[in-house]
Amino acid sequence: MTVVIDRTKDPHPDASRPARDGAGPVSVAAAARKKASSGGGGLYKPRTQIYPKRVTGQWRWIKWVLLGLTLAVYYITPWIRWDRPGGLPDQAVLVDFDHARFYFFFIQLWPQEVYFITGLLVMAALTLFLVTSVFGRLWCGYACPQTVWTDLFMMVERRFEGDRNARMKLDAAPWSFDKAWRKIGKHAVWLGIAFGTGGAWIFYFHDAPDLIRTFWTGDAPLTAYISCAILTFTTYTFAGMMREQVCTYMCPWPRIQGAMLDKDSLQVTYRYDRGEPRGPHKKTESWEGRGDCIDCNQCVVVCPMGIDIRDGAQLECINCGLCIDACDEIMDRVERPQGLIAYDTDFAVAERSAGRKPIYRLIRSRTVFYTLALTVVSAVMIWGLSQRSEVEAHVLRDRNPTFVRMKDGSVRDGYTLKIANRAFEDRDFTVTIDGLPQARMRTPGMPEGPLVVHVKADEVKAVRVFVSAPPETLTATSMPLHFRIAADEARTEVKTVFLSGVASAK
Amino acid sequence: MSGHKPEKDDVTGVDTTGHEWDGIRELDNPLPRWWLWVFYASIVIAVIYWILMPAWPGISGYTHGVLGASDRTNVARAMDQLHAQRGKGAEVLKTASLEQIERDPDLQAYALAVGQSVFGDNCATCHGPGGAGGKGYPNLRDDIWIWGGTLEDIHHTLTVGVRSGDPNARMSQMPAFGRDGLLQQSQIDDLTEYVVQLSGRKANAVAASRAAPVFAEQCAVCHGPAGKGDPKVGAPDLTDNDWLYGAEPADIAGQIYNGRGGVMPAWGPRLSPETVKALAVYIHANAGGQDK
Repeated sequence: MTVVIDRTKDPHPDASRPARDGAGPVSVAAAARKKASSGGGGLYKPRTQIYPKRVTGQWRWIKWVLLGLTLAVYYITPWIRWDRPGGLPDQAVLVDFDHARFYFFFIQLWPQEVYFITGLLVMAALTLFLVTSVFGRLWCGYACPQTVWTDLFMMVERRFEGDRNARMKLDAAPWSFDKAWRKIGKHAVWLGIAFGTGGAWIFYFHDAPDLIRTFWTGDAPLTAYISCAILTFTTYTFAGMMREQVCTYMCPWPRIQGAMLDKDSLQVTYRYDRGEPRGPHKKTESWEGRGDCIDCNQCVVVCPMGIDIRDGAQLECINCGLCIDACDEIMDRVERPQGLIAYDTDFAVAERSAGRKPIYRLIRSRTVFYTLALTVVSAVMIWGLSQRSEVEAHVLRDRNPTFVRMKDGSVRDGYTLKIANRAFEDRDFTVTIDGLPQARMRTPGMPEGPLVVHVKADEVKAVRVFVSAPPETLTATSMPLHFRIAADEARTEVKTVFLSGVASAK
Repeated sequence: MSGHKPEKDDVTGVDTTGHEWDGIRELDNPLPRWWLWVFYASIVIAVIYWILMPAWPGISGYTHGVLGASDRTNVARAMDQLHAQRGKGAEVLKTASLEQIERDPDLQAYALAVGQSVFGDNCATCHGPGGAGGKGYPNLRDDIWIWGGTLEDIHHTLTVGVRSGDPNARMSQMPAFGRDGLLQQSQIDDLTEYVVQLSGRKANAVAASRAAPVFAEQCAVCHGPAGKGDPKVGAPDLTDNDWLYGAEPADIAGQIYNGRGGVMPAWGPRLSPETVKALAVYIHANAGGQDK
């Protein structure tokens, strides 16, 4: 039998089975939809509090492990030390705005090289696309900070207020000492975690051991206090108060994912081919002629997004798999096979319900494309990093005056040469010119000839350079000129022009 | 225009103001509430501003406001900050010699930065932002210097100025041979040919030879018998290709007739000694260097 799920209609047509008594839980999203469409207007949709029930199972376990891992990475990373020479910071990962440097273990990036970070973001985006098109919104369900911190906050909530039913009862109860201390305790711990989150963030931008001291003595930069305050506020409100609203209304990803997913993407799926027709089931009754879904609503009450997965894939679903755990537990209890709700594809379910063997297609044009794009970008990035030179030079030709004619008839152009020494030791760069025969070069305060520029470690040095050429060598208004900059194996070349002031020969 | 009797507009059902222009009547719609609140808020803010900031003029002064804000004190504070910021570098500039400043890469970089900013503020008006000069304003980027192009020469010229009125100013005065009737027009014309010839260009040889004794008598005192000039007395070299008041024979004749000479202020009394030093290093570094 084929069940067609039409989400524009009431998902529970009551003709085929007994009417619901109305007392059982209804998915919060459905309730909100009903509330919004029932008139009343207003500028916004009122939020209905969601009370997700505690759940155990393999996906919940994976979520706990990932929660621990991601939080550990977040809190520990700034404290990893990495020895660097001289006065350079010894923090492995550091975004040093004060000195305009980004440190990542053995990599040090200058602001001019921000394209590496762009490349990293492109790689991250492509990985996300690839993972989403194959496995659905794994990011949303397992790794997104919003999910991780919300999970953490819910755990705290459960410690103070108990599980779903206890929380609902507590919220409905009048104020009492018991209610007050539970609420105050919960919010205090939330604020503590939020402050810890904002506090850890700022360590990425300053030397962590130094900042943790100056933060309390009031000597830390103002930006540290402001960033910490903002992060504390957003963590507290996003993970404590807004939760699923952040995903549903604020985050653009649920909108974008529509372009990533297709009928062959693995998603948390209610296998309606197996579950329908659903209905309550007594232990003595036969399973013949009915589906495995006993309409216990456990999948609805555990959902942190407040949706009913049996309505099919929907915008709110973050693919976290908690309903799978909840359903498997029930299936065990009623002695039916697990996996009524599982990571599955729309196509496979449709095939099964049509009586055919399901087909899973991981290799599809979009996954191939994402993989190829990811490979290309990664290759370019690795190539770029391996080709990264420790010296970079730029030349600025004087615009005013463009050239100066000397007493002996020779013509002199002025340049400002900027040499960046990315190495961690001081270097003496030899500067030579090429392209103009008989041209001479000098810098103020030094005799004519090859120029040696001392550039300190990790610094940029600007030198004024003058190039003069005798009149008989000037054949064109604009003549190509190369500066060659070299120190040991580090070398580079910059191209510019020499403006001669003579008319080009026709 | 009709009277002020309220009159309802049929289409909108809103009262009109009673004002009518060419058959167009103005509706008396109420102000949007947000607009009204913004208006009230503006009034409140204005009153707060009067209390906090200088606002009302009086007969013998003005209300200063409780914050004591003043642009003069702001400028004074900013200047103090600037001096504090420059402090260390300025100290070194004070004691170091001009050569030391130019030869030490760090001092030079500091002096070039200070010099560039001071040049833009004070010198660029006449000499141009890049120092390339113009007619009547010497080019500071080449190696041709009326008063000498060494560091010391430039520093001295900057300090005392040229025809600036300073008692030690660089002073030279070319006579206005034509205007003051010292030479006849025909003599000036001949002399022009002579000077053109000096600079290695084609000229009327006959006229030039006629002018040779005149040059020896009138011009050679300052410009030298060969016309090579003398930076000590500020006499330009007439044999090169650089002409302060123009290279054309007409320009040269005009200069002989009028004997023009520009004025540069003395910067010693206006800028601090270390600033003048930095400026001298900046100008020398960007010029086509005369080292000795």
